[in-house]
Amino acid sequence: MATAVETAGADAPAPRSGRRPKKNVLSDGQGGLAGLLISPTMLVILLVVGIPILLSVRESLFRRNDGIDPVTGMIAQGESFVGLQNFTDIFANPQAVPAAWGSVDRLINAFLNTTFFTVVCVVLETAIGVAMAIVMNKAFKGRGLVRASILVPWAIPTMVSAKMWGLMFDADGIVNKLAGHQTLWLADNNASQWAIVIADVWKTAPFIGLLTLAGLQTIPDEVYEAARVDGASAWQQFLRITLPMVKPALVVAVLFRTLDTMRMFDLPWGMIGPGKYYVETLSMFAYFENDAGRYGQAAAYSIVLFLYIVLVAFLFVKLLGAEVVDDPETRAIQDRRRAQRKLAKQQRLSSRAGSTVTTGSASS
Amino acid sequence: MSTVHSTAPQQPAERTRLSDEELATLSKPSHDWKWWLGMIGSIVGMGFIILYCILPFYWMIVSSLRLPEDGRSTDLVPNPPSLQNYVAVFDPSNNFVQALINSIVISGVTTLLTLLLGIMAAYALARLRFRLKGLVLSIIIGCSMFPGITLLIPLFKMFTGAYAWFPFNWMNTYQAIIIPSLSFGLPLCVWNLTAFFRQMPVELEQAAMVDGCTPSQAFVKIILPLAAPGVFTTAIITFIAVWNEFMIAYTFGTRPEMFTAVNALSRFTGQYGFDTPWGTIMAAGVILTVPLLIMVLLFQRRIVAGLTAGGVK
Repeated sequence: MATAVETAGADAPAPRSGRRPKKNVLSDGQGGLAGLLISPTMLVILLVVGIPILLSVRESLFRRNDGIDPVTGMIAQGESFVGLQNFTDIFANPQAVPAAWGSVDRLINAFLNTTFFTVVCVVLETAIGVAMAIVMNKAFKGRGLVRASILVPWAIPTMVSAKMWGLMFDADGIVNKLAGHQTLWLADNNASQWAIVIADVWKTAPFIGLLTLAGLQTIPDEVYEAARVDGASAWQQFLRITLPMVKPALVVAVLFRTLDTMRMFDLPWGMIGPGKYYVETLSMFAYFENDAGRYGQAAAYSIVLFLYIVLVAFLFVKLLGAEVVDDPETRAIQDRRRAQRKLAKQQRLSSRAGSTVTTGSASS
Repeated sequence: MSTVHSTAPQQPAERTRLSDEELATLSKPSHDWKWWLGMIGSIVGMGFIILYCILPFYWMIVSSLRLPEDGRSTDLVPNPPSLQNYVAVFDPSNNFVQALINSIVISGVTTLLTLLLGIMAAYALARLRFRLKGLVLSIIIGCSMFPGITLLIPLFKMFTGAYAWFPFNWMNTYQAIIIPSLSFGLPLCVWNLTAFFRQMPVELEQAAMVDGCTPSQAFVKIILPLAAPGVFTTAIITFIAVWNEFMIAYTFGTRPEMFTAVNALSRFTGQYGFDTPWGTIMAAGVILTVPLLIMVLLFQRRIVAGLTAGGVK
């Protein structure tokens, strides 16, 4: 391997910096320092994230004893191992609640609500956000003013936004007055789902707009000029140039928004209230169970949400190629390793054939 | 406006006597109707964006300035205007001053802790080469995508003293809110700072090291002062994230003296019987949003840069 490094270092393209991994003042013996600098953060993450996850998994397999202990005749205490019963109870012992999806188990209802909010909110946010970004990108003057106003929804605490929209969606509120129609937005029904969607889209679409704008500003004007010379219409330019070029920025923004919407909690809680089946998300249901002292069930439902989020994140990265960890060096190291492996393989092959290697090829 | 006139053909006699002003207008490119359409479209679009963002907030301000008994009024301006709701927010029974202090303490301490840890970690992630860097980055970004409720349940059990190995009752303490807040504050902070440090030219450090600095000296003497704006922006973003957090603050702050401002606001509901005190809630909302807005507007350019560089939240 050492010989491969030597040969590869000479002619393999090293992206960005053109430095060799081993022979550089910035990288020599830095592992120790890096470890020293990183370890406090990793230790805190282990303590506040790692251990609670493990505890959560452990909790999800237990359940608090209730009822009368058959041996002592007293009210049962402590908890006992129930295996996957907290998860399988949705089939064995469903707790049907009536809401938007018919009478289904409360966990399934929460799951469907979460999915509904995520899909609808993220689609609307993305559409509105991209439209905002295009308008801002075209603007000549007043960009500063728009940017300032766009930060207003972002900076408002979600709970304040929930109350603010709560007042606007009140039965006697401004929304009903403007619509000229008496809708009970806050009364745990289909309308309240849409009230949540509207409030969430209001708060987060500008954020997507901001991130998309950053992507748009990296597209050089020459690309559009060339397209115009070739006779591309505005719509074609949007589809063939704008979208593909903002895609990396947009996909990451949408990924973060998706995962954030999946754990939605404050907004329905503050606007409609806890325990309302039409707007109950997985986070809220798990919280409700925790509040009732049913830690096992609560942990199990939170694990369901966790796995759901992991699955969606995985799909985003695999299917849409979201480059979440966009670290040039990590990428460079990976490219280099790939090149080295390729070169080593070539050398093995060619030495077997008795010839010498003249080119070290590396393509990423 | 004047462009149309000046591009129109002019008398040959006058053409010899063009003033500098006229020359300047003539040298501007003329615009066809498509350009004007785009211009008007973009102005309308911008106006729409501004209204979209501001109107709900305007409604909150207006509603907070009404008389308390006009809570649900739909007049476009408060009639008559009144500051009674603001007086009501600071009624001793609401404990709102204490809540604001709690919010400042919790957000401030969390921000300082995350900065302290985050600056070190972000420097290593942005500059140093080490094995498993990809893994570390993935873990940090993974944490910021994490559902808070999964952490909350065991932490709740832990802080209420349900585990034999954790014999403390931490309910209604600062640390019970600050420590879980690190779980989202720290990844946010590290991610943003890493993006900032990465943007700084590596040549600066190399020059310092040529002059005999160690990497850590180069960092402290060269990079940190230059990255101060980035650090400051990250501090604001983290502070706002913790300030706005509800679930953790609500779970571990159950006594009025330990409410954060957001938590206190969420509990205003129904305090005075059936009628929701909308005016008081809106006034409280304005009070706890306005400091953030002032910070955000003062440093908007940097914050936008930070948000887009970090790409998180």
